Amino acid sequence: MNMAADTHRDDLASKTGMWLFLFTEMLLFGGLFVVYTVYRYRNPEAFHLAAKELSVFIGTLNTIILLTSSATIAMSITAIQKNNKKLALVLAGITILLGLAFLVNKYFEWGEHIREQIYPGSSVLALRGQGDVLFYGLYFFMTGLHALHIIIGLVFIGIVTGKITRNKITFDNYVLLENSGLYWHLVDMIWIFLFPLFYLIT
Amino acid sequence: MNAQKDIAEPSYLEYKGKYKGIFAWIFSTDHKRIALLYLFSILTFFGIGATLGLLMKIELIAPGKTIMDAQSYNAFFTLHGIIMIFAVVIPGLPAVFGNFLLPIMIGAKDVAFPRINLLSWYLYVTGVTLVVISQFAGQGPPDTGWTFYAPYSFRTTGTMLPAVFGAFVLGFSSILTGLNFLVTIHRMRAPGMTWLKMPLFPWTLYATGWVQLLATPIIGITLLMIVAERTLHIGFFDPTLGGDPLLYQHLFWTYSHPAVYIMILPAMGAISEIITAFSHKTIFGYKFMVASVLAIAFVGYFVWGHHMFTSGMSGTALYTFSLLTFIVAIPSAIKVFNWISTMHQGSIDLQTPFYWAMAFIFVFMIGGFSGLILGSLAANVHLHNTHFVVAHFHFIVFGGTGFAFFGAMHYWFPKITGRMYDKTWANIGLVIFFIGFITLYGPMFYLGFKGMPRRYFDYDEIFHAGNIVSSMGSLVLYSGLAIIIINLFASLKTGAKANSNPWGGKTLEWTIPSPPPVENFEEIPVITHGPYHYQ
Repeated sequence: MNMAADTHRDDLASKTGMWLFLFTEMLLFGGLFVVYTVYRYRNPEAFHLAAKELSVFIGTLNTIILLTSSATIAMSITAIQKNNKKLALVLAGITILLGLAFLVNKYFEWGEHIREQIYPGSSVLALRGQGDVLFYGLYFFMTGLHALHIIIGLVFIGIVTGKITRNKITFDNYVLLENSGLYWHLVDMIWIFLFPLFYLIT
Repeated sequence: MNAQKDIAEPSYLEYKGKYKGIFAWIFSTDHKRIALLYLFSILTFFGIGATLGLLMKIELIAPGKTIMDAQSYNAFFTLHGIIMIFAVVIPGLPAVFGNFLLPIMIGAKDVAFPRINLLSWYLYVTGVTLVVISQFAGQGPPDTGWTFYAPYSFRTTGTMLPAVFGAFVLGFSSILTGLNFLVTIHRMRAPGMTWLKMPLFPWTLYATGWVQLLATPIIGITLLMIVAERTLHIGFFDPTLGGDPLLYQHLFWTYSHPAVYIMILPAMGAISEIITAFSHKTIFGYKFMVASVLAIAFVGYFVWGHHMFTSGMSGTALYTFSLLTFIVAIPSAIKVFNWISTMHQGSIDLQTPFYWAMAFIFVFMIGGFSGLILGSLAANVHLHNTHFVVAHFHFIVFGGTGFAFFGAMHYWFPKITGRMYDKTWANIGLVIFFIGFITLYGPMFYLGFKGMPRRYFDYDEIFHAGNIVSSMGSLVLYSGLAIIIINLFASLKTGAKANSNPWGGKTLEWTIPSPPPVENFEEIPVITHGPYHYQ
């Protein structure tokens, strides 16, 4: 009902808002990183051994997938700036496919653990000791929350792709695409921290 | 100045958009209407919270069971805490008066993201609804206290999930409000309004915005961990699974102490506006006021450990947190000093909002000094978890934020509604409220000092006298509250029409008609001088 709301447009404000929101996301995961640090410090041996069981191959593959998807969404923004709608759509589409590929890998990875009776609350896991319980608890919770962010990011990019198709996002009005790109980079960046913490530091 | 007579544009109250009736409000993205949505929701929950508090005081009027058993008492103080903290005092001043006045005070037509502003109100309502659901669903209401301390919060049979998730949603609403205000202040100040020409209430909202943004996610993730703990048994905070309950306390207070500054900073801002307006004098030490607001917001991050002095920490941590607690009191003291100095040689107009500001300073100082007592390590060991703590934080949270909220309500009422309230009844209400307040919480200092623990429905006979006084005070307080609220509501219909500047204020909201037009300003003003330009 407020006319000011519809006519007022300030791209810098929208981007500032997105950056501030990203701060909150970093702090959300920051709390988990604190918890991870504390329990790794207290259970060095168990975390060491448990980390060895994760598949570095799938982890690396997923890292490459996400890094590539970050590149494609950034290129999609450049494409729309150059008024190349078709290329922007293709690149945004590739980003969505890569995001889905990440989730598929994650599904198989989690599936493997669950088949081996390793999940929070499982009695098999409980028998392996408190360090393993905490490691896998954190693993499932943190990668799960991250996967949820991937899904949110994908929905966001999907909506934005629809807007490009309907010419709601154009070469002179693309802040929504930029913001979804920012969000996607954040999701990528959090993974860059999760990957070494769970897969590489053994 | 009767500017509203010449202006054809309808006020925000009369404006007809594309929606009718209640939908013209709950679908409105106008910051002023959203502010009133918040006002009425917050007043409703404040009423519920206050009634729960009153019932607890009646229970405590005599030892043993008076009107409720132990389990109901636990549920009552839990719900009282969740509602009052998350649904009343945290959103209180920012969401109501911040929403209404921030854009106007910086010369803008709305906040930066009007739709997100409306979304945050919906999140607020959703969050509170979830908390309310937890009272009636499952095996009984939550009984952990508003702090949801581990490991009890995932062992109790009370219905924790909706309550915890409701608090999470309320936090999200708070983040969006803070984010909105930060961007608004950065991007939408009127031409010429440099940072140091901005009034103090927007300044406090700015500092509050940062605290909301940078502290709330921590409790967000902590509450999600509690949810995960209860549903998946992950073991984050469960000692039997290797987790550490103390870590929960650290994470919880990393948010919940800065949250105290979310409550008090905008209160200080509103008081600054009131004192300078009724002293008809520029605020004393404007730059120090700004600096102390930012200092409180910053140092406030590093004092959370003082909630855990008896929980088990290293000596170094104890000293550090105690020292920082004392340091954070300094900027607050600067503010009190500057308020008093503003009145010095001012031409003071004794009106209801000014009396509220006086009452605020009085109770805020008692609350602040008792905080220093609790911040010293040795005294804390004696006073921890006693009624002294209850008295302290009610003096700060209710005495500070609550008094400032009512002060702000009486100060900006003519601007918001276009009508003046009955000043005599407003003053009578204030006096009764104030007497009730001191009678209710004053004896708690004594009771706590004598060793009466908090959060019990029963107590030893030696505490009886103090509790009788305190419970009587709660009845007086409640009557005062009723007079204040009834007077304001009655004035909506019967109050005399208010002109655009009934108090002689100098900030921008007093340059536009009461109630403000939909777009606030016909023409965005150009700012050439500081906010409190008195001769």
